[in-house]
Amino acid sequence: MLKAVILIGGPLKGTRFRPLSLDIPKPLFPVAGLPMIQHHIEACTKVSGLNEVLIIGAYPKNDLAQFVQEMSSTYGIVIRYLQEFTPLGTAGGMYHFRDQIRSGSPTYFFVMNGDVCADFPLQEMVEFHSSKQALLTIMATEATRQQSLNYGCMVLRKEGEVAHYVEKPSTFVSTLINCGIYLASPEIFQTMADVFHANQQQDHIMQLCYNGRDPAHIAFEQDILTRLAGSGRLFALPVFRWWSQVKTAGSAIYANRHYLALYKQKQPDRLASTNKNYCHIIGDVYIHPSASVHPTSVVRGINCPNVSIGPGTMIEPGVRIREAIVLGKAHIQAHSLILHSIVGTGTSVGEWSRVEGTPCDPNPNKPFAKMENLPLFNINGKLNPSITILGTSVSLAAEKILLNSIVLPHKELTRNYKNEIIL
Amino acid sequence: MHEKRKKLQTMRALILVGGYGTRLRPLTLSRPKPLVEFANKPILLHQIEALVQTNVTEVILAVSYRAQQMEEELVHEAKKLGVRLIFSHEPEPLGTAGPLALAREYLCASDDPFFVLNSDIICEFPFKQLLEFHENHGKEGTIVVTKVEEPSKYGVVVYEEDGKIQSFVEKPQEFISNKINAGMYILNPSVLNRIELKPTSIEKEVFPNMAQDGELYALELPGFWMDVGQPKDFLTGKYLHIMIFSILYICIYTYMRMSMYLTSLRQKHPEQLHSGPGIVGNVLIDPTATIGKDCRIGPNVTIGPGATLADGCCIKRSTILKAAVIKEHAWLDGQVLIVSKYVNSCIVGWRSVVGRWVRMEGTTVLGEDVIVKDELYINGGQVLPHKSISTSVPEPQIIM
Repeated sequence: MLKAVILIGGPLKGTRFRPLSLDIPKPLFPVAGLPMIQHHIEACTKVSGLNEVLIIGAYPKNDLAQFVQEMSSTYGIVIRYLQEFTPLGTAGGMYHFRDQIRSGSPTYFFVMNGDVCADFPLQEMVEFHSSKQALLTIMATEATRQQSLNYGCMVLRKEGEVAHYVEKPSTFVSTLINCGIYLASPEIFQTMADVFHANQQQDHIMQLCYNGRDPAHIAFEQDILTRLAGSGRLFALPVFRWWSQVKTAGSAIYANRHYLALYKQKQPDRLASTNKNYCHIIGDVYIHPSASVHPTSVVRGINCPNVSIGPGTMIEPGVRIREAIVLGKAHIQAHSLILHSIVGTGTSVGEWSRVEGTPCDPNPNKPFAKMENLPLFNINGKLNPSITILGTSVSLAAEKILLNSIVLPHKELTRNYKNEIIL
Repeated sequence: MHEKRKKLQTMRALILVGGYGTRLRPLTLSRPKPLVEFANKPILLHQIEALVQTNVTEVILAVSYRAQQMEEELVHEAKKLGVRLIFSHEPEPLGTAGPLALAREYLCASDDPFFVLNSDIICEFPFKQLLEFHENHGKEGTIVVTKVEEPSKYGVVVYEEDGKIQSFVEKPQEFISNKINAGMYILNPSVLNRIELKPTSIEKEVFPNMAQDGELYALELPGFWMDVGQPKDFLTGKYLHIMIFSILYICIYTYMRMSMYLTSLRQKHPEQLHSGPGIVGNVLIDPTATIGKDCRIGPNVTIGPGATLADGCCIKRSTILKAAVIKEHAWLDGQVLIVSKYVNSCIVGWRSVVGRWVRMEGTTVLGEDVIVKDELYINGGQVLPHKSISTSVPEPQIIM
């Protein structure tokens, strides 16, 4: 029997995903029509013998209750949400809920970070892990020399054994990086226990110079992986399929494109087609069934590669959408154009308006390049051009242009904006 | 007796066509300035038509370059109007008076007075009144003057109540008059005795002498007036900056007073303006243009012959020249604020193609046969002829 743990963090994390994470927990933000972590769950359900998924995070239970219920009924496996009440670090949470994870005696369990998206190689990891008799297997991939510094870097011995592991090094170590997806044997809790007790002891000694961290805090990467490296029980499986972090809103559009491409490979029926949706479709497009059946929606003439359109959204004639995510209940009026943008729930875009952002895709000319995840402002204090984001219930008047801007929820925009954050 | 004399008259006019029209680039890179269309009609034709209505039967065009192209294009139109066109070629630029001396043989063929006008002018041409007024005072010449708001930027004309001109004052520092020379005159053939065949300025060298002799009168022009080549009113503020960085700047000036012209057309010939669903305000559409479904057009739009607007376009304050194509869902608005006045300045040149979902705004001027690819954003781009644009121009820029 196998299990999976999805680590989703809490509302205080994922700030770079604002303003989209102001109204919806980031792990539930829809990418290619499905909440981000539903892609994880779906990948888990394809692994033979996996019948329970535990989601660990600090979001209030109510935020996830409906999602958890929907997932259980959609996939027919046990799905539970375990709420952390104090931030315990990536491994601290798991250690806290170790009994829940160990119950039923799973042979192995997956540990998946909620903010990555990938063509998950879960079955391959199971086979690799059991053949190596590993304690922990890391999904690894290549990065460029420069970008590797932003990730956990590792050096392998032959047979995939990790000889050395360092999280976000300041100098170059290796181009092989940690993808934040692991397969663990339950004995890993012994390693966590060792770290936990060592911390407790240290805490006891250093009580006078208490550093504000909970003594039960355990960071998976720094405390566990670094310790296991070189022990002969930590392994990594290098994978060269698509993988990306989703840190900024811009990366959601990139992830959207790749998940749509995966649909095309594996579930082409999920993609919209020109005949089915009464509109002109170019490339990979997801349209929520309730968007196309809305009684007043006329989606004729829409034409939109790499686009996801949420439930209840109405798209009027003559609209062009490309490289964008339009969430639910939005109203895109006639003749408008949406490029490289995310349009929030319930937002309205006036006729002949232009909503345009600047793509922040990885450099296509460099092999293994990842998303740059640039900071909001450059060193001169100017806004870095990024995708355009319209928060929830924004309304953009007719014939206006919104270029490289970020609009917080509930704004009414009646003029043009370029390179601005609209609070 | 007086009636009889009028019938025998052969009315003549001389139009100073002149130079290269560099200020109307990039449009004048493709066509001589007098042939560039304003409200779907070559600028020169606006003038010739008005002259014909005043019984002018002979028009002398003083040209210095590209005369052949003009001759080819105008001869046909002239025939239709029943007017004789004479091309007087300047071997070298002769200023504003020299061309009169060059055309002496035509202008002195009879004793009748003749009109002189600069080719840059479009207005409600007051030729009938001018002739009447001129005959009444019986002196050698009459010039048309017009009122301006800021006379200190111009040379002003000082005249008595009956119209007799006292003096010309260049850029007065204290208010003395708010009337300036509008570039239209009626002169007796005897004025030619005052002009030598060499580069001479009629405004600076001939008229002051005539005024001194009491031989020159002024008539104030009613209605609107525009000098398409002399945008002095706008040489300030924001635009000065654009001009310094742009060598092709003036093109837009021709068109920025389109609203004035169309408003006057609305009063005089409302039937020539377009109306119907999707039409907002004053819109002039050539009958041979094709307009798609669900378009919104206006205000202050002119669409030339053979131009095509596909479905779902929105065009405001713009000029679409002959045979240009605007594809589906494109949005054009030439509204620009210059010295607290909104003007029209989006121009799509002959045979240019604007792609689907393109947004064009500001002082965007496409020369002849320019292609703007789908979904681009052009903000104040001035594009030379025969270019293909495939990336957006978000800030004003010249594309060579």
